[in-house]
Amino acid sequence: MFEMLDTEILGIIALTLRMTLLSSAISSVIGIPLGLWLDSAKFPGKKLVVTISRTLMASPPVVVGLVVYLLLMRNGPLGFMRLLFTFEAMVIAQVLLLIPIICGIVYTASQRNSERIQTFAITMGANKRQTQILLIKELGNEIFFAVITGFGRAMSEVGAIMIVGGNIRHHTRAMTTTITLLRNRGEINQAIFLGIILMIIAFGVQIIADFLRKRERRTDENY
Amino acid sequence: MKKLASFLAVFIFAAILIGCGTTETGTITLATTTSTEDSGLLDYILPVFTAETSWDIRVISVGTGAALQLGRDGEADVLLVHARTEEDRFVAEGYAEWRYDVMYNDFVIVGPANGPIAHNADVEQTFRDILEQNLPFVSRGDNSGTHIRELQIWESMGIDPVGNAAYIEVGQGMGATLGMAIEMEAFTLSDRATWLARPDVGNLVIICEGSELLLNPYGVMIVSTTEHPAGAQAFIDWIRSPSAQELISTFGIAEFGQPLFFPDA
Repeated sequence: MFEMLDTEILGIIALTLRMTLLSSAISSVIGIPLGLWLDSAKFPGKKLVVTISRTLMASPPVVVGLVVYLLLMRNGPLGFMRLLFTFEAMVIAQVLLLIPIICGIVYTASQRNSERIQTFAITMGANKRQTQILLIKELGNEIFFAVITGFGRAMSEVGAIMIVGGNIRHHTRAMTTTITLLRNRGEINQAIFLGIILMIIAFGVQIIADFLRKRERRTDENY
Repeated sequence: MKKLASFLAVFIFAAILIGCGTTETGTITLATTTSTEDSGLLDYILPVFTAETSWDIRVISVGTGAALQLGRDGEADVLLVHARTEEDRFVAEGYAEWRYDVMYNDFVIVGPANGPIAHNADVEQTFRDILEQNLPFVSRGDNSGTHIRELQIWESMGIDPVGNAAYIEVGQGMGATLGMAIEMEAFTLSDRATWLARPDVGNLVIICEGSELLLNPYGVMIVSTTEHPAGAQAFIDWIRSPSAQELISTFGIAEFGQPLFFPDA
């Protein structure tokens, strides 16, 4: 079975990992502070913003792909950048898909725990900045969960990257779009093989995540 | 809670009713190419088939290679595809008893207007120019009838385009591939029907047409393992009947000023 693991497939796996890591990293950098801010901020229409962000959490990848396509197409507002059917376009689409998910999970976690943590911090005489740091520390697990969820979503997603990446061989062909192609070609065995590799990678990510979380807890106990 | 339960009960009951409905009148599965679906032909003719024969038809539109594989796997009852050599092999392997002519159209090479290649009828020269001048060419790359034809042309010229930086394999259906070529202002091989049915082709025009190498015949086959031989036979008989052939020949005239497929059953 492993003779299927040729250089082309390895290239596809590498591209998928590069894309997924990059898009989940960018979305985390934006989504985590956004989620924390959304919980602490008070402004009119906040409820509506929260509802919208919750709706976006469930936005179908094909719709996000279509929107990015319209933005990047030759006659679109960002067409001059010539980004359509590139690696960058796929990352942009995925970031737009992941931000609401990461932001939403962080917001929910923060909403549930922030009052308790803040009360504790204030009792201990912490200032605003210290309270913020404590909040992020206490929410560590949830934030971690948000990032892992985003990573998983990015890796398994096919609708958006098919549209904006175009599934171009050696350039924008990721594991999920390859599986779709193999099915279209009628090469089911290879499609399944690639699907298994995808599952193994997802499993590996979970193991690493669990390991890191356990280690974090142990260092916490040393305090 | 009670409301929810009764709602669910009605919903499930309705679902069962709908499910029964289709099996009782009979449904056959047609595996076909993306070109017949993307061009709108099937939407045009299949309602008439269902009205005249009372057989419902479920369409799976994939590349010809995948359509034939669906036939081999017993997932389809009838096939409407366009890759003559592959169809003959399908029959030779015993998956179908016979292959019937239905219709034909032709392929066209499309590319940017006012580009380096002028309108012509020499397929091989056009392909050679594209490759030698490193012009972007979008290949279906999906083992479809169109892709198989493209590869046959390269092969007959003794050229392997794979690996050339401007040769782009996208592995998608005709509509999606054409869309990418339009966006990238690249060349591609398309069947004429999908090309004509495209509402906006941007800066692309037909570069090469009218060559024998570009003829594109479609065939129908009944898959030997079909569980609905009566329905499958009804489909073959219907699509080859004078009235259906007439219907095919009129498809596209109102919208595009010319037919997209030419019946030849």
